[in-house]
This record gives sequence, structure tokens and C-alpha cells, in this order.
Amino acid sequence: MIARFLLQDMDRRGAVFLALIAGLAILIPALNLLVPAGSPFHVPTSTMSLWGKYLCYALLAISLDLVWGYCGILSLGHGAFFALGGYAMGMYLMRQIGSRGTYGNPILPDFMVFLNWKELPWYWYGFDSFPFAMLMVLLAPGLLAFVFGWFAFRSRVTGVYLSIITQALTYALLLAFFRNDMGFGGNNGLTDFKDILGFNVQAQATRAALFSMTCVMLIAGFLIARGIVVSKLGKVVIAIRDAESRTRFLGYRVDRFKLFVFTVSACMAGVAGALYVPQVGIINPSEFAPANSIETVIWVAVGGRGTLVGAALGGVVVNYAKTIFTSGFMAPYWLFALGALFVFVTIFMPKGILGTAQDWWEKRRRPAPAKTPEPAPAE
Amino acid sequence: MRILSCLLRILALAMLLALQPGAASAQSADDAFVRLGADSFSETNRAIEGLIAQAHPQAAVIIEALAEGRLLAGGGAVVVRMPDGRMLDARTGATLAAAPAGLAAVRLNNSVRRTIQGALGGLGLLNPDAGRRIAAAEAVFKSRDASLLPVLEGAIAKESDPRAKAALRQAQAAILVAKPDAPPFDRIAAIDVLRERGDQDALATLRSLPADASASLKEAQARAVSDIEGRLALWRAGQNLWYGLSLGSVLLLAAIGLAITFGVMGVINMAHGEMVMIGAYTTFIVQEVIRTSAPGLFDYSLLIAVPLAFLVAGLVGIAIERGVIRFLYGRPLETLLATWGISLILQQAVRTAFGPTNREVGAPAFMSGAFEIGEMAITWNRLWIIVFAGLVFAALLAILKLTPIGLQMRAVTQNRRMASAMGIRTGRVDALTFGLGSGVAGLAGVALSQIDNVSPNLGQSYIIDSFMVVVFGGVGNLWGTLVAAMTLGVANKLLEPYAGAVLGKIALLVFIILFIQKRPRGLFALKGRAVEA
Repeated sequence: MIARFLLQDMDRRGAVFLALIAGLAILIPALNLLVPAGSPFHVPTSTMSLWGKYLCYALLAISLDLVWGYCGILSLGHGAFFALGGYAMGMYLMRQIGSRGTYGNPILPDFMVFLNWKELPWYWYGFDSFPFAMLMVLLAPGLLAFVFGWFAFRSRVTGVYLSIITQALTYALLLAFFRNDMGFGGNNGLTDFKDILGFNVQAQATRAALFSMTCVMLIAGFLIARGIVVSKLGKVVIAIRDAESRTRFLGYRVDRFKLFVFTVSACMAGVAGALYVPQVGIINPSEFAPANSIETVIWVAVGGRGTLVGAALGGVVVNYAKTIFTSGFMAPYWLFALGALFVFVTIFMPKGILGTAQDWWEKRRRPAPAKTPEPAPAE
Repeated sequence: MRILSCLLRILALAMLLALQPGAASAQSADDAFVRLGADSFSETNRAIEGLIAQAHPQAAVIIEALAEGRLLAGGGAVVVRMPDGRMLDARTGATLAAAPAGLAAVRLNNSVRRTIQGALGGLGLLNPDAGRRIAAAEAVFKSRDASLLPVLEGAIAKESDPRAKAALRQAQAAILVAKPDAPPFDRIAAIDVLRERGDQDALATLRSLPADASASLKEAQARAVSDIEGRLALWRAGQNLWYGLSLGSVLLLAAIGLAITFGVMGVINMAHGEMVMIGAYTTFIVQEVIRTSAPGLFDYSLLIAVPLAFLVAGLVGIAIERGVIRFLYGRPLETLLATWGISLILQQAVRTAFGPTNREVGAPAFMSGAFEIGEMAITWNRLWIIVFAGLVFAALLAILKLTPIGLQMRAVTQNRRMASAMGIRTGRVDALTFGLGSGVAGLAGVALSQIDNVSPNLGQSYIIDSFMVVVFGGVGNLWGTLVAAMTLGVANKLLEPYAGAVLGKIALLVFIILFIQKRPRGLFALKGRAVEA
């Protein structure tokens, strides 16, 4: 039944995407581990981790597309959920260091010893257990999104106002996590990880496994998001996006639908963050920066809002471009390019890469069908 | 026999001192010069005290010379060697043709230096200039040198300037409070004087009361201390309020342009912070030009920069509106993204043109310095910025209420389609509104260049705060922005002493998030019949 929920009405685009990611999940680690380093087919570990990072961003983009593309909630604070998931994973990895830290304290992470703390704060309890930490990866962002959404959607905060307060949320968290007193490592964040589930995080095989895991989670995230949007519930959610008041007047509890989608999306972003941290090796408060969250929005816009596959595509493409730009002689021009991308996409490609390509494809196959003007919602 | 005569002399001296200070002058002054020649530190100390107590006309010259090792004594003569090499007779001040033989510098040790320090204070107390007397009284207040008490009493008796008299009395009180052998009644009266003074120094003096003080004295001291502490707390609150108003006026300047564009167009302009930055860089350029070509005009640089910054930022704003935002009508969220892109481009452009480091923007004479009201320090630049914010606010209010374009703006804010149906060219109103909002941001940049670093990131540090002000205040009403900016500024500064700067800010952000739940359209929401904005 679950399989039916997840796979119902699978279109060709989604199937191609799933096949591609599943192929990557097997192919890249195989090329990394089995092909000798000298071979032209060998994928270096650093490249694999880099692409693992892109795929984490893709998952984050899908989670944002779920709320923005399908529910019309432009969250400028999705980076906060991503970072919270990352911190939950980071706390687990910190506890795994044990007495191998610089100060050799078996319980306290280095930064707490440095701050002269005597015992572990209560909110660090349980993070030595992997299942608990994974639960927190889902719960911490999910709970925050639930509480935040509960208040915001019930009091009908919409549009730009909602965007601004989500930004305020991530900004407040940024300031909070910068404080040493919070017990999350201050501005240095959490780093110097050693083990994950007993395997060395630096080891090639662990990296390969993390990459595959990222692919698996991306597939899962995509299937869940798709399952939601093609279900009956998804129809209501799309209706809310297009005409919120009308949906409300039809008798749907708009706030509950929004709250559900928002919370699921936040959990998904948390998972993306949790996969991101061991592959990048650090989590610090700058992940909460409002600019990061806005950048995530542009990935979705570039790829194609309301397409899921497009969001993932946008996440990968923009970040790949960023890597190319910022590592070469064009580094000073990256912000020009990114800024121009924001302007260009919003004006000329409101449907993103995928939507534009699809329009073009359909126009070629069925030249100029009689265009019926779309009726605008009358509210 | 000699001892007896000596005793008699001292007795006579004491009586004369007590009864007729003036009459003893000649004799004890002679005495002082004898002591200076004695080549003994304790004698030198007493000689200085004697000179001061008698207000000897040459006392200032002699003591200064002594402090600098230019006082020479020997063979009964005391001579001052002036810095230019002339020799003066210390007694009369007359220039000597030739220095007497056998002179040696009067030696100093720490005890003598301390006495000199006190004596210079005592000399100041008798200075003919009232300002000097007050400064000297302040010095005595801090040093609490009991040996100056008689001089103080003499000075108070002669004093005619009320402010100087108060300062002298306070100095006297500071000494009396700490003096265990003073009459108890005088000491309690002294505590009263200190309580009236009521500042940090008075508090410190009162707190340093010796432990052997009597119960009644201690009680008076405790009352005075709590009294002063209460008053100081009030002043501190006043100072924080002032800081809050100052921050509020900065927020008002940064946010008010945003509020206008948001109100009329329903668009949050993410590039607004960069308009502020452009204003600040315009100020920088104006100052550079003035520095190189007309340094005399430097004090007017800000006055020149104000209209220029308004024009430059306003034109950039109109260009953005015509070039980008025009194509995104009805899609406020996309506009938000596009303007964010513009802000990235503008930031990087400025970084490329001017470099990533802070640029130096100087303060004209009327903006620098500070003055004090009671216990509050008020800097001129903050005061002028508050005044400037008030002027900008009033000007905007006038534009909105009194001009045709203001009328059209208000019409479009309230009901765009109706306004359009009535013949208002909403596109033109949009462009002008955007230009006006951006121009005001440029004005904010001129003000901010005086109190913040002029760097490409200048706008970024204000943009989120500006958003908070706008969503808190609500749109379509400038008063809402004013109230929101002042509330947030004052609340921020009043929270800071208790919660710290960061926690205070977090608390405010959380407050705004919660406030929006209660009033999703801000403090002063436009009332209308639309289901959705």
C-alpha cells in the first residue's frame, strides 16, 4: 500500500530522475572504491563528497519546493531546519569522539572543556546513541516547524509577512547559536569528527557509504514529496496555493494542511542537513545565515518551482556553477552571476529550467494549440 | 632659653594664624624660606604648606620651580632659575644680576612630591579664574588632601562665584567625611553636601568612609548612598533611553523608505539596504572630492551629500523599478527574489569599485564631540541624527499629505485597481514611489556613514532590522513605522543591560514573530474590505 502511495501516477520525468539517482548511488561509489586511482574512470573521494554535498542541497531544495512550489509558502528560513538537522548529527558525531579530543575528556566535547564546563548540558543527553540522534534529526526541525507553523498558519500570516518572519526565525537562531553559552560550540560550531557508527568518517569506504545513503534519502524524500502532492491531500494543498480563501470557504481547514506540509518539509530539510554534516566535516552557525536560505529559494526557482525534479536539478546545477565560479579566476564575479541569475530567472524563466524545457518540448510536438485564456481566480 | 623662645614663637604664630592670617604673612613667609634652605625633606614640606597657607604672591612660581628641580637654595638665599636661565629672588620675584655662590637645587622625595601635588591644587583654589578654581576644587575632591582644608575654608569665605563655591564646598565635604577628627556635626553636614552632588565620585567618596565612624554617621552615609544610587539608576535609565531613541531614529531612517515602497507596491525591496550603502558611499565620494579640491568646505560636506545621496539612490531605485520590478507585478514573492539578486550585484559592484575594506568618512566639526546633561553623555552626532530623522519623517509626511503625488500614492496604497480606474497612472506612481523610498534610504546612508563603518556590507546589517520595523509597524501609515522604530530601538537598549546585546535582540525577534501572530498586518494595519492583501 505504501508502495502504491509512493509510486502512483509515476510520470516519465520522475522515473528518469529515480533511475538516475539510483544509478549514481551504485555507480559513483563503485567507481571510487573498485577502480584503481590511476584509471580515467576513477572518481576521487573529494569529488564524491562534493557531489554528496550537492545531493544534500538537492534534498533541501525538494523540501523547499514542497512548501513553496505546491503550497505557496515562501519560507526564507529553510536553512534553519537544515542546520538544526545538521547540529543534531554533529552532536552525535561529537559524542563519538570520546576521549580522543585534544583535552581527552571522555564525556565533554573539547569546546566545553575549554569553556570550563563541568558537566554535559541536559540537551546533550542521549546523543551518544545513534537512533536517538536520528530521531532528533527529524524531531528538532519538525517540532520547531510545527510550533512555528501552528502559530503562523492559524493566525493567517501569509505572503510577504510570513517570508519575513521565517527570516527572523533563522536570524534569531543564527544569533543564538553564535553564543558560547548555548552549548553548541559558539561560532566555531562542531567539527573534528572521528567516527560514525564506529567507522572513520574520513575513510574512503565510509564516504562512499554516506554518498549512497544521500542518494537513498534523496529518492525517499522525492517519493514522499511526490506521494503527498499527487494524493488527494496534495490537490487541496495546490488549491491553497492558488486560491487560499476560496479553499477555506469550501470548508477545508487550510491551516492544518499547511502545517502538515510545512512540518514534513522541515523534517526533510533536517535529514538533508544531517547527511551534509559528516560529508563536509563541520557545522557552524553560518548555516543559519538568512542569505543561505534565500539562496536555497533560488535553486528551486532556477530548476523549476512546483516540479520537485526541477528543484533537485536546480540545487545541483547552481551549486556546481558556484564551485566552478568561486574556485577559478572568476571568483570575484560569482556574486554578479548569482545576482543576475536571481533577476534573469524571475523575469524570463518563471517556470525554471524544467518548466521552460517542457514548454519548448510540448510546443515542438504539438505546434500551437488554440490557447484558451486561463481564468484568474476571482478574489 | 632658646627652646622657650622657640615655643613662644610657635605659640604666637599659631595665634596669629588663627586670628589674623594676613598679619603673620611676613614672618611665616620668612620662616618658609629658612625651611627651604634647611635641606631637609620634612622642612621642605612644611615650607610648602606655609607658602600656601599664606597665599604668598610668589608661591606658584616657587612651587612649580621646586617640582621641576629649578629651585636653588644656599647661604640663606633662595633663588628660582627660570626656564630661560634668568635667576629670580624667590622672596620678591626680582631678577638677580648674578647668582649668589653656593647654590644647590632643593631636593625632592616622594613625600615632597605629594605635598607639591596637593599644593598645586591649593594654589588653583586661589586662582583668579573661576574655571580654574572649579577644576582645582575637583582635583582636591578626588585627592581628599586634608592638609588643604584651611586653604579651602579661606577660599570658600572669599568665593563669590556660586558654581565655584559649590565645587569648593564639595571638596571640603569630601575631606571632612574622611577625616576622623573632624566634628561629627560637620561630617554629617558634609555627607549632605555629597548627597546633593550625587554622582559616581560622590558615591565613591561616601563608600570610602572609614570603618571607625560613629553609628549616626554611618546611618547618614547609608541613607545618602541609597539616595545617590537611586538617582544614578534614574540617570542610567535616562542614558539607555537616549541610546534607544538614537537607535530608534537610525532604524526609522533605514526602514521608512522600505515602508513606503512596501505600502504602495506590496513589495519587500531586498535591495533597500544597498540603497543605504549607496548613500553612504556618496557621502564618502563627496568628502574625497572636498578633501582634494576644496578642504575649506569640509564642514559643509554632509549638507552637500544629503541632496546628492537622495538623487543617486533615488535614480538607482527608479532604474531598478523600470528595469526589473515593473515586469513582476502581482508576484510579490518573485519580486523579493529579484531584488535580492540586485542587492548581490550592487554589493559586489561596490566591492569591486571601492574595495572590500571600510572607507573613512570624517565628521564635520558640528557633528563631533559630546556634552553632558547631569550624568548623561550625549554625543553631537547622535543628536543630529535624531534631528535629521525627525526632519526626514516630517518631510515625508508632508509629501504624502500635501502634494498631488502623495495623494496618488495613498490612493494606490489603499486600492490599486480603483485608483487606476480613477485615472491615476499607477505605473508612474510606482516608479516615483520606488525612487522616493530609495532616495530616503540614501539619506539614511548619509546619517549612517557618521556612526557606522562604510563598507559593502553596510546595508546587509540593517536590512533585517528594517524588515522587522516595517512588519511590526504595518504598512500604509508612516506613524506606524515611527512607533515601531522607536519601540524596537528603546526596547533593544533597555533590554541590553539585563540580557546582553545578543539575547536582547533574540528576545525582540521572538517578540515580533509572536506579535505578527496576533496582528498579522502590523500595529497600524490598513482597514479595508479585501479578503487578502
